[in-house]
Amino acid sequence: MLIRSREWVHAWLLLLPALFFLFAFTHVPAVMTLWNSFYSTPRGRRPARFIGIENYERMIGDPVFWKVLGNNLWFALGTIPTSIAIAIAMALWVNDRLAGRGFVRMAYFTPTVLPLIAVANIWLFFYTPGFGLIDQAASTLFGWPQTNWLGDPATALNAVIVVTVWKEAGFFMIFYLAALQAIPPSLVEAAKIEGAGRWTIFWRITFPLMMPTTLFVSINAVINSFRLVDHIFILTNGGPDNASSLLLFYIYETAFKYWETGYGATLTVAMLAILCALAIGQFFFFDRRVHYK
Amino acid sequence: MIAAADAPARPRRRRFDLDRALNTLAAWALALLWILPLAFAIWTAIHPSAYEARFELLAPLTFENFEKAWGAAPFARYFLNTFMLVTLILAGQFLLCTLAAYAFARFAFPGRSILFTLVLLQLLVMPDILIVENYKTMRILGLVDTIPAIALPYIASGFGIFLLRQTFLTVPRELDEAARIEGATVLGILWRVYIPLAKPTYLAYGLVSVSHHWNNFLWPLIVTNSVDTRPVTVGLSIFSAIDSGIEWSVINAATLMTSGPLLIAFLLFQRQFVQSFMRAGIK
Repeated sequence: MLIRSREWVHAWLLLLPALFFLFAFTHVPAVMTLWNSFYSTPRGRRPARFIGIENYERMIGDPVFWKVLGNNLWFALGTIPTSIAIAIAMALWVNDRLAGRGFVRMAYFTPTVLPLIAVANIWLFFYTPGFGLIDQAASTLFGWPQTNWLGDPATALNAVIVVTVWKEAGFFMIFYLAALQAIPPSLVEAAKIEGAGRWTIFWRITFPLMMPTTLFVSINAVINSFRLVDHIFILTNGGPDNASSLLLFYIYETAFKYWETGYGATLTVAMLAILCALAIGQFFFFDRRVHYK
Repeated sequence: MIAAADAPARPRRRRFDLDRALNTLAAWALALLWILPLAFAIWTAIHPSAYEARFELLAPLTFENFEKAWGAAPFARYFLNTFMLVTLILAGQFLLCTLAAYAFARFAFPGRSILFTLVLLQLLVMPDILIVENYKTMRILGLVDTIPAIALPYIASGFGIFLLRQTFLTVPRELDEAARIEGATVLGILWRVYIPLAKPTYLAYGLVSVSHHWNNFLWPLIVTNSVDTRPVTVGLSIFSAIDSGIEWSVINAATLMTSGPLLIAFLLFQRQFVQSFMRAGIK
């Protein structure tokens, strides 16, 4: 009994520093966010007061909130399946015998190492109307007129999606590479003997066996689609008219540009609720399809 | 992937394989497309601004854009700040996550599973999202506009604790018990048995952490407001946002400069980088 309680003390002492910081900057702020979402924003000498669900009512009636929420949904739908499909293709190619494989792998993975801010700067130059490389190529090849990709509400968000896919596909490729190497070669050999083509082998063997990776990658991708907004600051600043603004960017604007921290907290609660719902939903949705060993 | 590379090629039919040729072509096309933005940025940065959109093989090379960028903003200070920031975070993470992971891996105590769940919850609810409350905390602590303020929310990393715990679980119990019989203390066992065996995990986690925090932007943007604390990412965004007609070639030079150290490290240690990201991602 004495030995066991000494072990408890040791374990608690080992955990204490990490738990202190974890609670101080993750769990307590998360609870405080919920708490503060029911209070007004303190201004000057006027302290925050309890206002019930007023902030939530405001959120429901806030067209910008629905706009950025829709944007974020479109952003997630635009980036996640595309980057996962590209990542799988990349992994299959790089895992195969391929001339110049070292270079190809480096080319795919390099965007992952660059800061998102730097990536956005490079692409901003690409998108420059008239002068940028994309417009130049479009006018030489197809004779298209000058296009302001980032300044037009119809194309701004899609332009941001392209940048994100470019940045993330190589990162996801890594996980698929690991998954591909874990597939027993005997399975593929057996299928070949049975006369299965490449396409059949991919859909019947490789893809199902990579399902746990797809689950992992897609959860990661969903969280990233809400968490990473750095490039918005450089590329569009959320504009034009919030056409390319995402939820976290709107939270930033509300809390740190207009200093409406009460409403900012409410928006954060909405974000946390969405993230939790998505994580749980994804887990159950995939759980039936994932083939565990 | 590396093992597959070294495997001897199986004898194959000598017939021209159209399928393979098409695949190689597609793989290369995508690779060129993927490297194009970076190659283009490098092109403009090392040529005079007159060649920003004119591609001539013999265009004169210049280093002037880098000099201009370096002189136009306090990048030396920004680099120092980033360096201090990633060092502080990495040191803190290694210390706290090691201790916590050890407790979770090898100690039985009440509340272990619920605490571990709370740790894992951080993978979903990240400090990146809780910017409003964390800023309030920093203001109460009087830490706004300091480097520790950027670092503190990330020091206890749920991801790091999880990763190290998984590694510590693979250490054979016999080693642990042998050290205990020899009279080693709790921390002595951790230091002499567990940490040396987990070196590859530390390398992997270190690379991932450094590149993540080198690139981090939103939280540093919020919590810093002076040259003495800004990391390079925030410095770069301010530099390139000034509407004073800075040439693109100079902005591209600055962009490459800020990502330069990571990029060079990546090119030199490509294999370690890729393996580290792989190792850190597989659970």
